[in-house]
Amino acid sequence: MPTGDLIASDQTAADPQALKHAWQVLDEVMDPEVPVISLTDLGIVRDVEWRGGQLCVVLTPTYSGCPATEHIEQSAKNALNEAGFTRVQIEQQLAPAWTTDWISQRGRERLKAYGIAPPVGSAAKPSFDKIIECPLCGSSNTKEITEFGSTACKALYQCNDCLEPFDYFKCI
Amino acid sequence: MTRYDDLTELLLQLGDSAMVQAQRLCELVGGAPALEEEVALMNVGLDLVGQARNWLEYAAERINDGRTADDLVFLRDSSDYCNLLLVELPNGDFGVTIAKQFLFDSWHYAMLQSLSGSSDERIAAVATKSFKEVTYHLRRSSEWVKRLGDGTDESHQRMQAAIDQVWHYSFEFSMPTEHLAALEAEGVFPAASTVHERWSETVKAVLSEATLTQPEAAARNYLSGREGLHTESLGYILAEMQFLPRAYPDANW
Repeated sequence: MPTGDLIASDQTAADPQALKHAWQVLDEVMDPEVPVISLTDLGIVRDVEWRGGQLCVVLTPTYSGCPATEHIEQSAKNALNEAGFTRVQIEQQLAPAWTTDWISQRGRERLKAYGIAPPVGSAAKPSFDKIIECPLCGSSNTKEITEFGSTACKALYQCNDCLEPFDYFKCI
Repeated sequence: MTRYDDLTELLLQLGDSAMVQAQRLCELVGGAPALEEEVALMNVGLDLVGQARNWLEYAAERINDGRTADDLVFLRDSSDYCNLLLVELPNGDFGVTIAKQFLFDSWHYAMLQSLSGSSDERIAAVATKSFKEVTYHLRRSSEWVKRLGDGTDESHQRMQAAIDQVWHYSFEFSMPTEHLAALEAEGVFPAASTVHERWSETVKAVLSEATLTQPEAAARNYLSGREGLHTESLGYILAEMQFLPRAYPDANW
């Protein structure tokens, strides 16, 4: 019997180990546009639970028009299928609205290592005069080029010291 | 045009306005004054397409005649579109593009601020999410109005001309109260009656900082986007936007 049938069967449906495993699988699925940050690091996996023998994964979109939303749903489903979860249902949930405050510490570090400045401050307590550090040389002497960057979630900055342009993950 | 209940018409107005504004912005692909500006305009458009989908999916469910959100966008004619007249106007020069975007953003901001507190959970969810995005849109378009208005003599004069040119269409921001009174009383559209006032405060503050003169309050006329009475511009937009799905109904992305 393939492992998938076992995991999805009613006997194991309430198995907390299987849920933990599902979270681990989602932790390996990367965002298609920023392929160093996983779905869980991004904070878009809102819930994973068993519902009538089905594994239900609740995802929230980052931006209303994010073209990666469907791609992300499909890759989450594929990864879980490959891991043996045969009956997977993906559900989209809009409220509460996604915020960059949900990006994990590890996610922030990975963004920075990838060359994208992580969101500064908290969306819940907005502040002005934020200092965006250059992810390449660490300088605080940077300027905004445009409020939007290569994707909806980013803005374009430039470092006044090393002169490199870089993406900043907007704080929303 | 086909008339629906007030809530459905409100959803259509929000969805159609976001959709038509997004479509107008898409016309600037490859033609914006600077690459960074083009990226910004397309990103705003992208947010609006997503928001339009969220509103129109809800509208389609309420209309409940088998049509999807895609059908509503691609298979309705102009007299069934409920968008604000403002968003269908041509992009004009960059000043006009920004003036339109700013007036739309400031109205949108006041609308979504109210709808975020809706007693209808679905409306509240879509509005809260959209509000975050539109806050960003409004900040950006306000900055441009200030920069151009309080810039050189040339940019000041052209920004003023742009505001004067599109201002007339802001009469639609004060919607007829009979459509909103019930929604407001039910809590579906809280503070609906103060949208116009809040919009007006934002505009006054930004125009004053931009050293621009605010025109007289716009008078109502015989056109009404909400009732499907549009300018001739909308037909051209729909012709371009709807050509492919109408010519090739089975086409898939």
